[in-house]
Amino acid sequence: MNKEEIFDKIADLIADRFEVNKDKIGPELNFKTDLDADSIDFVEFVLEMEDTFSSEIPDEEAEKLTTVQQAVDYVYNNL
Amino acid sequence: MSTLMQGKKIVVMGVANSRSIAWGCARALEENGAEVIYTYQNDRMKKSLTRTVGEDKSMVACDVADDDNVTKAFEEIHEKHGNIDGVIHAVAFADKETLEGGVLNTKRDGYRMAQDISSYSLIAVSRAASRIMNEGGSIATLTYFGSTRAIPNYNMMGIAKAALESSVRYLARDLGPQKIRVNSISAGAMKTLAVTGIKEHSKLLQLSRDLTVDGNEVTLEEIGNVATFLMSPLSTGVTGDIIYVDKGVHLS
Repeated sequence: MNKEEIFDKIADLIADRFEVNKDKIGPELNFKTDLDADSIDFVEFVLEMEDTFSSEIPDEEAEKLTTVQQAVDYVYNNL
Repeated sequence: MSTLMQGKKIVVMGVANSRSIAWGCARALEENGAEVIYTYQNDRMKKSLTRTVGEDKSMVACDVADDDNVTKAFEEIHEKHGNIDGVIHAVAFADKETLEGGVLNTKRDGYRMAQDISSYSLIAVSRAASRIMNEGGSIATLTYFGSTRAIPNYNMMGIAKAALESSVRYLARDLGPQKIRVNSISAGAMKTLAVTGIKEHSKLLQLSRDLTVDGNEVTLEEIGNVATFLMSPLSTGVTGDIIYVDKGVHLS
């Protein structure tokens, strides 16, 4: 999967979970400040990413993910 | 589809998302013909519940932190669905500071909160549920073997689960004359929303996986099937018990 495809899938997850328009989701979107994600939202979002990409994301790594781009990069590098 | 649970109404408490053990239980129950009624803590959790189970399912608000709320929830369930045949209680909470601070540093408030939500809630739920439960009914809760062993970082939740397991035994006595059974499932560690509250839970999950008899962790389906057995007439001789569904982790 290339980065664009990963971005597209992550954007789908975000649009669905946080009820935002997919067109408004860019690489610099910040989970906490732009989406107002609480800790449960974020954990569930990470679990959804794990399901979507059939991979495990350790907490230490998940905690470092603050923007969409970082999530895309993480998945790209660890798939 | 099996008809084992045909005509049975089971209340499932604690579905947060698709990884929830409660969701594994609900799916297995539905696959065996049961009608499942879901409860959710608040509007925030209702959203997640709806996302997981779908909009067409029966849902009732129930915040186990408040006795009146529990009573009202089961009254509402009774009004809408009549008598029930069972309850799956898959609810627990401890705040982050309490969980991560180690047992030695546990403060009174943190202790109280963890015991209240994770252990007392089963008593409150059993009382309210037993009032509207048919003879032969069954109550089951979820526990973990950090209750009898000191598992690294499980901390306060182990203490709360010990109280929960003891409550199961006494509730089984109290409800025996009404022909209602009370049991617990000690599930193997899995990556759920709940486990993410445990410090270094990745290590806990890995350790747990290594200790299974075949290297594969238990599945939601496997836990759900045992929950279904406990809700079914197949288990009328089982009460006050803990059934380990952990792929043998507790053998070590």
